Amino acid sequence: MRFLLDAEQRAFAGSLDALLTAAGTPKAVREWSRGDHAGGRALWSRLADAGVFALAVPEEYEGLGPRPVDLAVAFVELGRHAVPGPLVETVTAAALIRAPGPAKRLLPALAAGGSVATVAYEGAYALDGDLADVRLSVGPGGVRLAPGHDPVRPSLDPARRLTRLRPGGELLAAGPPPPEALLLARLTTAAQALGVGLALLERTVGYVRRRTQFGVAVGSFQAVKHRLADARMALEFARPLVLGAAVTMAPADVAAAKVSACEAAYACARTALQLHGAIGYTQEYDLSLWLTKARALRTAWGTPQECRADVLAAHG
Amino acid sequence: MDLALTREEEAFRAEARAWLDAHVPAVAPPSLETAEGFAAHRAWEAELAADGWSVVDWPARYGGRECGLIRWLLFEEEYYAAGAPGRVNQNGIGLLGPTLLEHGTEEQRARVLPPMARGATVWAQAWSEPEAGSDLASLRARAVRTAGGWLLSGQKTWSSRAAFADRAFGLFRSDPDAPQPHQGLTYVMFDLRAPGVTVRPIGRLDGKPAFAELFLDEVFVPDEDVIGAPGQGWRIAMSTAANERGLTLRSPGRFLASADRLYGLWRAQGSPPESAARVADALVGARAHQLFTYAAASRFLAGERLGPESSLNKVFWSEYDIALHETALDLLGEDGERADTEWAERYVFSLAGPIYAGTNEIQRDIVAERLLGLPKGRR
Repeated sequence: MRFLLDAEQRAFAGSLDALLTAAGTPKAVREWSRGDHAGGRALWSRLADAGVFALAVPEEYEGLGPRPVDLAVAFVELGRHAVPGPLVETVTAAALIRAPGPAKRLLPALAAGGSVATVAYEGAYALDGDLADVRLSVGPGGVRLAPGHDPVRPSLDPARRLTRLRPGGELLAAGPPPPEALLLARLTTAAQALGVGLALLERTVGYVRRRTQFGVAVGSFQAVKHRLADARMALEFARPLVLGAAVTMAPADVAAAKVSACEAAYACARTALQLHGAIGYTQEYDLSLWLTKARALRTAWGTPQECRADVLAAHG
Repeated sequence: MDLALTREEEAFRAEARAWLDAHVPAVAPPSLETAEGFAAHRAWEAELAADGWSVVDWPARYGGRECGLIRWLLFEEEYYAAGAPGRVNQNGIGLLGPTLLEHGTEEQRARVLPPMARGATVWAQAWSEPEAGSDLASLRARAVRTAGGWLLSGQKTWSSRAAFADRAFGLFRSDPDAPQPHQGLTYVMFDLRAPGVTVRPIGRLDGKPAFAELFLDEVFVPDEDVIGAPGQGWRIAMSTAANERGLTLRSPGRFLASADRLYGLWRAQGSPPESAARVADALVGARAHQLFTYAAASRFLAGERLGPESSLNKVFWSEYDIALHETALDLLGEDGERADTEWAERYVFSLAGPIYAGTNEIQRDIVAERLLGLPKGRR
């Protein structure tokens, strides 16, 4: 047993962090929210060049995967930087498309970043269906290439654009979808949420160290400290669940990771908002990019209730 | 990055499980916080030790198997999964033992550890005083130099297990003129039956004498029972306090077994949906604690020292433990009020968790100041 990221994985996280810090991600997020995808697509290409999407694509289709642990590492960084777009859905699509014909046709472009995918269960919202090049609809009968989408509906997270996919379309694979693809969706959402929580905590700690009232930093008050200590605790116990789930890919572990990471991220959001005070309640202040995403990710790819039910069902 | 066990580790786990299957008493002994239960638990320690299972991670010459951290964690998982009795000598084997292994002399280890390992000497802690709780460094009980040793005087309190234990260990002020409160403290071991010691048991919330007050009046302690150099007690105590809060006080095995029992209770009560989320959270929390501990153990084995993150761990498991037992009592319905169930005993025990080994308020201060880098403020 060596339940530790290796040097290469830590370096990968570090390089993504550096890339996303230098890229000025918040500006791309705000443009994306307005339906201007150019900056976000440029960022997407750079993430593809760094190998992020290839981690979900098998080697025979010009990928490096599937490598769930490396994907989890990457998605923590994507969450920390609030990267917009159907990130989870693109790696899920890569895991859903198995048949050699469609795989050969669609996967190399997903790995290279030239094409962006969205995925939804039949009748559910697909993220960013308006810009996706590949729209997959997943039902009990199989995976279909959806012919189009309904108008965009706003999400509480302005960077998430919700669309319902039109029924019908080319059948890419008959029969129920491979469970590991849907587990990957849940795992990467959990990792992304963990990253969102880490960013919220980091920004809030920075804020309470700078902000003074009554002549001292507000971060010296015990009521403030203890809320932040609780936020750190929730994240530090969600992190090993996320990485452990990536190692085992067992349904109960993935469900546990999802519910814990999303609860932790949401608790961090509430704490971040409260400790920033009124400035945190403004859309203009960048904290809002993470505050709203923490809420949205809770219900994406498995509500807390569904995840808890899966934990109980697997325990038997 | 992996969670795989070697074939040797799997074999060790199987050997532990087989021994426990054959030896764990079918009927649990009475509460270890009673005279009768204390004796039964002491006998159980001897039974464990006879086959080398009481202190599996210790060096062989003191009664262990030198099995290493990972196998110790596996042993703990098997131990609690088997429903084996609580460890009456936890203070000794989990706290004083590691302190002696790190800071004791060879003579002290050879003399103290083997009888500790077989439960012949059961240890109590003597840290808190009536005026020194969270602010432990303000303690006032004295150690005064005398020929060949020290004379201890003063009062200790909340001394866990002291009602029935044989010996105790703790900090005493040996240099009242030291410039800082945490300087001039000395770490000593003493006999609870020595002349000058008065033990007054204290009933915990359910009335059982789980701890005691100690009144010390010029109790002689020979030099050989001082651990480390006189005046260095604080540093020594803190180096093993991280152990207590962190890896070794509450192993994941305990909570995995508790969560599994809770799940069984929930099923037996007809899987009431209104409790499903709390039961699921107990399962999730136990797995989180297990994986958190595996990660910490992996870092430790890679040569890192574990620091203030042990404070996160202590807050997590102590609050987790209470929530789990509250869920169990709620599931029991009107029987949740009964005092004579195993759940009730464990519930009462869990309530102390956020208070001992450094209150959770102190732990949150440590997390905020040392992990998050927030400024010190008024407490």
